[in-house]
Amino acid sequence: MDEFPDGVSRPGDDHQEDRRFFLKQSLAIAGLTFAPVSFLQAAELDTPIDPADKVKIALTINGTQRRLSIDPRSTLLDLLREQLGLTGTKKGCDFGQCGACTVHIDGQRTLSCLSFAVMQQGRKITTVEGLSNGTQLHPLQEAFIKHDGFQCGYCTPGQLMSAVSCIREGHASSEAEIQEYMSGNLCRCGAYPNIVKAILDVKTGGDPV
Amino acid sequence: MFNAKLPEPSLDRVDGRLKVTGTATYSAEYPLENLAHAVLVTSTIAKGRITGLDFKLAESVPGVLAVISHLNSPGVPGYPPVKQPAERAPIGTALRVFYDDFVYFSGQPVAVVVAQTLEQARHAASLAQVNYQTEKHQTDFEANVSKAAVALSVQRNKTSPFQDYDRGNPDAIKTADVKLESTYVFPTQHHQPLEPHAIIAVWETDDKLTIYDKNQGVKSAQGNLASAFKLPRENVQVNSPFIGGAFGSGIRVWPHTIAAVLAAKKVKRPVKLVLGRELMQMSVGSRPFTVQKIAIGASSDGKLTAITHEGIGQTSTYEEHLERTILATRAMYACPNVSTRYRLLNLDVNTPTWMRGPGDATGMFALESALDEMAHELKIDPLEFRIRNHADTDPERNLPWSAKTLKECYRTGAERFGWDKRTSEPRSMQANGLLVGYGMASSLYGFHRHPSKAKAVMRTDGSVVMQSATMDIGPGTGTAMTQIAAKMLGVSPNKIRFDLGDSSLPDAPGQNGSATITSVGSAVHVACEALKKKLLTLAAAMPNSPLANSRFEDITAKTGRIFPTANPSASISYADILKYHQLPQVEVTEESKPGPERDQYSMYSFGCHFVEVQVNPLTDEVRVSRVVTCADVGKIINYKTARSQSIGGIVGGIGMALMEESVMDHRFGRYINTDFAGYHIPVHADIPQIEVYYVDQPDVYVNPIGSKGLGEIAIVGVAAAVANAVFHATGKRVRQLPITVDKLV
Ligand code: FES
Ligand code: FES
Repeated sequence: MDEFPDGVSRPGDDHQEDRRFFLKQSLAIAGLTFAPVSFLQAAELDTPIDPADKVKIALTINGTQRRLSIDPRSTLLDLLREQLGLTGTKKGCDFGQCGACTVHIDGQRTLSCLSFAVMQQGRKITTVEGLSNGTQLHPLQEAFIKHDGFQCGYCTPGQLMSAVSCIREGHASSEAEIQEYMSGNLCRCGAYPNIVKAILDVKTGGDPV
Repeated sequence: MFNAKLPEPSLDRVDGRLKVTGTATYSAEYPLENLAHAVLVTSTIAKGRITGLDFKLAESVPGVLAVISHLNSPGVPGYPPVKQPAERAPIGTALRVFYDDFVYFSGQPVAVVVAQTLEQARHAASLAQVNYQTEKHQTDFEANVSKAAVALSVQRNKTSPFQDYDRGNPDAIKTADVKLESTYVFPTQHHQPLEPHAIIAVWETDDKLTIYDKNQGVKSAQGNLASAFKLPRENVQVNSPFIGGAFGSGIRVWPHTIAAVLAAKKVKRPVKLVLGRELMQMSVGSRPFTVQKIAIGASSDGKLTAITHEGIGQTSTYEEHLERTILATRAMYACPNVSTRYRLLNLDVNTPTWMRGPGDATGMFALESALDEMAHELKIDPLEFRIRNHADTDPERNLPWSAKTLKECYRTGAERFGWDKRTSEPRSMQANGLLVGYGMASSLYGFHRHPSKAKAVMRTDGSVVMQSATMDIGPGTGTAMTQIAAKMLGVSPNKIRFDLGDSSLPDAPGQNGSATITSVGSAVHVACEALKKKLLTLAAAMPNSPLANSRFEDITAKTGRIFPTANPSASISYADILKYHQLPQVEVTEESKPGPERDQYSMYSFGCHFVEVQVNPLTDEVRVSRVVTCADVGKIINYKTARSQSIGGIVGGIGMALMEESVMDHRFGRYINTDFAGYHIPVHADIPQIEVYYVDQPDVYVNPIGSKGLGEIAIVGVAAAVANAVFHATGKRVRQLPITVDKLV
């Protein structure tokens, strides 16, 4: 991670070329999902990206202002996990299909694996590490423990971040509604019934989330 | 006896706080200095040889430290020298990483790119060029099924349980009053733990290796790497305290682990390698594609007279993976004439591996579906049919069961579910315009217990540290062990710390085969007992000790104190014992292992599942609307975590029944649904509330704590219960999983 002391420029101000190039690259990388590597034509790429072309951004993470210089290819998820040491946010698929990487961006639950870090200029990010104040657990964290809303715990941060939103969005009035609005968060350990109970419990308990 | 509610005490998970705050550290999450990132390059063909590697572009990516293949690998010392000319690996050879130019399956690691950052490594890996000489691959099970044969390892081992088996008269099936024969197809399925496999490999010195790794057994990973890299065992340190699920995918050491260790050797830096979701489906094993034929004969009064069960499982061309597919059929029901056959089919795929309820989940899908078909044919209630054929002793080994309360499980399950409301005709029940079906199935899983050690330490402040190289892939090992220790020592659980997932701790088996509580729980029990005895001796030696003449049987431990049971007021605290003797701590390490009881009793966990499905008559969409499960696993240590484990198994079983299937495009010999959009697992909206009951009675023969395994029986039989419910709802018998809409129209 590079934090820089002064002068935050808007991302891409003088990186127009790079951004276009970057899009081309990321399409090629996305193509990996569908085609074996050998199908890709490396020739499409004139020269590899130069890591010196970092982009400077400023954003707030869990209440702390961060000024960062980042690789434009970084997802918000990889920025959090690999560069900022905020490993509470999990990578389950990297394709936007499991919800393990759910964070709040300006209060909205968002998949951080589908969000490029460079797009977060000026935004407020909250991760599971920012859910409680450090000493007292968030009511949903308490409820997850009480109802055993997890086994391995790997999906848990994502479930929690989604659960907070599920209640705040007003989608937690019944088991069925919670199930529907939590279905983007997979749990291979199958803790679903306990998670639903935990959310319903907090919702009916009326504690502010 | 049955517990609808959670009886006390049901300790919350000891690591719950870490897990809900995001501070539990999984394998990819260690912030090591100078960490480099690795991304695998994997084969795009299923069979052939590598003819050329062009890494120029990849190597030119800024930040790239190395691109490693068989041409420049630092080498695995445990591999034999490559033969000249090179040959395909003989059966029984685990895949050798970056060894020669042979390709055995699509998705096989052929190179690894190491770079300063993940973005650089990923980009560079996409630029690596690999050229192949393709050979014709065979991945299509049905097209090759005629080549299935008895496994070589079985041919060589006359006492293998997979030898052909005949009990009674193998021809009895021909003369049965009623006879049915069906074929059941079980697709390839993948474990898909939510945490991808990940490793950080660090060479501390030239001959000392540390890994932070996702696996299910630190000791077996340690042993495997020590022999691969020809290191003394103690020079390999494996740290795996938190595992984000595994379900069997972490039992073996897979090629990516070796690749990361080689990469770290090459770049002389710690290297992190995390598998992408697509590689989770290509390179860490699967439940094997399996075809089973069951012929079942019964008398018209509902007694089983003969069963023949043949299973053919898929394996790779370089290893034989065998699993219990046909074995349950020999033990499950009282039937005088039983024959089983088991064959393997070698295909150009990655070697399958154990996945939750290995073999039994597959076999019991077929057997329990067949039972249901026969019950329907005989016009007998499916539950009643099972009760009539209940095996009072083990019909395979002619031994008594150590304990079996399956009939009570049936009774409780049926009662709680409301089975008596079931009308027998298919399509006879409806609700809200939907077809309703009730189905049930039995479950069993063999009892496994392995030698296990645990260390127990009492410290001056009266707190306890327990250690064992066991694992927690999710069930809550540390929580259950803490409870066992708390009970034996009379110490509050919050004064006990249980360490696991570290290869330097006392020996314990990996977490698989539902053997953790039975093995490690026993070790914890005996270690705490020994510690308590030692502390009693020390207490007895104190001046005017009220425990001076107490026998171990006559003392009680509570709230950190011991006292003569007859005189609770004359207690001494553990802290005072240590203080008096000026000891910084008192410790014991004990081993617990199975004895001759295995030869005297047949030991199994049993259970049953009751499932209600609702099927939309217009769209044929199936939804599981209710599940009641009841299990006999001996003494329950922690109801809360046990219940979660049962629920997890049922959720896995619903996935197995209704959605999970790894689809291969045989033109390329490659899986095509390699993400969660293509490989469906249940989501919140697919899972109803699930009722769980246990027969909470210790099995006194199995081990000192009276507990049996739960992880596997939770899933075994679920798919059949769902399929049977779907038949009851729709009148359609689906014998090929998953039960998707196309099979019902
Ligand atoms: S990691 Fe982002 S949705 Fe799975
Ligand atoms: S707790 Fe393991 S994936 Fe949800």
